Amino acid sequence: MNFDDTASEAAFRRDVRAWIDANAPVHLAPELANASFGHSGVVSEDPIAASMAWQRKRAEAGYACLHWPKEYGGGGRGPIERVIWTQEEGIYVALSRLYNITHGMCGPTIMAWAGEEDRHRLLRPMATGETLWCQLFSEPAAGSDLAGLRTRAQPDGSGDWIVNGQKIWTSLAHHAAFGLLLARTDPSVPKHKGLTMFFLDMRSPGVEIRPIRQANGQVHFNEVYFTNVRIPDAQRLGAVGQGWEVSLTTLMNERLSIGSGMPTGFPELLAYCLEKSLVEDRAVRARLAEFAIRDSGLRFTAMRAMTALSRGGVPGPENSIGKLVAGRTMQELAMFALDLQGQAGLLTQPGEAEAAGRFQAMLMRSPGTRIEGGTDEILRNIIAERVLGLPGEFRVDKDVPFREIPTSGRAAANRHSGRGEPR
Amino acid sequence: MNLDFSEDQHLLGDQLRRFLGDHCPAEAVRAIADGSKPYDRALYAGLADLGALGAAIPDRYGGAGLGQLELCIVAQELGRALAPAPVSSSIYLAANFLLLAGDEEQKMRLLPSLANGQTIGTLALVERAGAVYAGAIETVARGERISGTKLTVPDGHAADFAVVVARDAAHPGPDSCSLYLVDLEATGVVREPVQTIDPTRSYSRLTLEHAPAEALGARGQAWTYIEQVYDRAAVLLAFEQVGGAERTLEMARDYALERIAFGRPIGSFQALKHMMADMYVAATLARSNAYYGAWALSTGDDELPVAAATARLSASQAFLECAKNNIQVHGGMGFTWESPCHLYYRRANALSLSLGPHVFWQDLLIERLRARAAKSSTQEDRP
Repeated sequence: MNFDDTASEAAFRRDVRAWIDANAPVHLAPELANASFGHSGVVSEDPIAASMAWQRKRAEAGYACLHWPKEYGGGGRGPIERVIWTQEEGIYVALSRLYNITHGMCGPTIMAWAGEEDRHRLLRPMATGETLWCQLFSEPAAGSDLAGLRTRAQPDGSGDWIVNGQKIWTSLAHHAAFGLLLARTDPSVPKHKGLTMFFLDMRSPGVEIRPIRQANGQVHFNEVYFTNVRIPDAQRLGAVGQGWEVSLTTLMNERLSIGSGMPTGFPELLAYCLEKSLVEDRAVRARLAEFAIRDSGLRFTAMRAMTALSRGGVPGPENSIGKLVAGRTMQELAMFALDLQGQAGLLTQPGEAEAAGRFQAMLMRSPGTRIEGGTDEILRNIIAERVLGLPGEFRVDKDVPFREIPTSGRAAANRHSGRGEPR
Repeated sequence: MNLDFSEDQHLLGDQLRRFLGDHCPAEAVRAIADGSKPYDRALYAGLADLGALGAAIPDRYGGAGLGQLELCIVAQELGRALAPAPVSSSIYLAANFLLLAGDEEQKMRLLPSLANGQTIGTLALVERAGAVYAGAIETVARGERISGTKLTVPDGHAADFAVVVARDAAHPGPDSCSLYLVDLEATGVVREPVQTIDPTRSYSRLTLEHAPAEALGARGQAWTYIEQVYDRAAVLLAFEQVGGAERTLEMARDYALERIAFGRPIGSFQALKHMMADMYVAATLARSNAYYGAWALSTGDDELPVAAATARLSASQAFLECAKNNIQVHGGMGFTWESPCHLYYRRANALSLSLGPHVFWQDLLIERLRARAAKSSTQEDRP
């Protein structure tokens, strides 16, 4: 057991450090220190442009998408080099987060399912930062039950597909050049079997994007409406009806990219308590210690996963633990931090609130963390079923043709008309 | 970076698991819990023969000289098997006191026989309920004689000698205590068994009346040694707790797959699935924190105080949660004497009390995080 670099890792770290020292946008550092969820903190210039510029520089030096093959614009390195990069990138990681979905989820799906020509055409601009991608999976009536989605893709006879429907919780839809779209192509078969995956140009006619204002007041996600949007069959990923399998590639990578190294807010809380001399209070210490062991446990669990990966392991369902623990911890921690501030805990403006309002921001963002990318309850199911081997949930809709599955609307209509509960 | 045991260390774990499967089955644990013997002699001798006891004792003192990581593996397997053997008292505590505080003659005299299991040592510290600190110690040593009463001496009836914490008449002071080696067979020593929540291990009340005592380590420095030994023992006990936590989770999972109610395995009910998922989360965080402790222990890194407290708190919490919920999953069956569930529940609670309570370690952890933060900020201030 050790945290030491091998000789080649140490050499890589030295190179990365020297390159970052020479190339990082130092003038943005003070703003990046205020990074929060979904925002790099950059305000003095266009934050998207700042992130794109950093990504382009990385790519030119061979430090973009370190774990991707070089032929697709990646660095051709292993998982450990990726960790070393992130450690050395430090505060500038806030600029790179813009690409989490593009590189962490959409890229791996294209790599696994697109044809060779598309891989060459699509992956390199992702690596250089030129194109952002978004993920068009969730729908108003299909969240945890993703396979229940209703957006329809129908063949028009010429070989193209015509898409109608609505997606929701799409990050960066406005800025994305492409989207990964999961749609229903056959409602006459059970729900998992009638799905197909496509990618599409987000500027296609009939795509309409509407921002969603979240509970915390920020606008980070969107609704995306499709009205007779045409997608060439060449942009289908996997076979017709294989969409669910394709989506699992994306979701597995989502768990890994969301789950590893999730922040809990503990270092910030400890620093706050030390600065305000609150640690003298035994009750405060007890709570702090509870948060400390979860924060540390997550950090070393991620390192164990990295160790397994570097020994040739595959990221599995056990990675669900990261977001499950981090989301809950951050919420409890934020409530505790506000409680320590007394009535001043109400304040939110950075200039007035304690600790620049960071705990208030955590309080209002953390409910979303516990839902996005797999709710706490879905993650517990995954651990119970796929790690512990317990039986799956009873699924009344599993073998039923999709069009015959009861929906919330139909159930309500049945109640009102006195026809009893749906079967 | 490598946060895992080596292949050889994993193999050692497999070997021990097989050995304990043969020599420490449920009936063997039960025999100690229901009987009057303080520990399983044959099991202890077998562990000595395997080199498990001396794993981290240097070879010049008769140990196997493998290392702390190997001892962590041993601890994990002992915890899984609920081994009724005084390894924590004799190896994690007594041997570490000798290694840290003993002079060369004491080490040469006692460590080889601790490593080969011929001699068993323990720690006699606690005298009353509540926090353990110098002011709570009334046992007093005058010259080479010691008098006082120790309330709960772990493995007291198994041990041949104890490291006794006492006030030193020659070094008075409110915080001043010293360490003594006391032969538990000597005149002036009375051992009485005490009933505890964990009958798979023996505990004794120790009464000393002018018993012969041999000084161990620098005078007046008992708490310095205790703190260091506790950090080492905390990491090792964390592995016992992780082993126990994972075993109880497996027991719960296996039972939930087998037991049918309402026409389906109870493991298909989401209330139980989520309970077991939470047990898995606690056990996983505890294992990861224990690895952090093992790394610090094996390298002697400055992080050991933080890592030990982290590992300790996380492992106590995990074993308590898993042992408690294992009974819940088992339902009424889990509340019978025949079921092994309560033995794990008992051990989980005993281990979490054995090096001082949760609040003591919470306090220590935060104190140490504060010290570390202060240290790193002064380092940053330097040009």
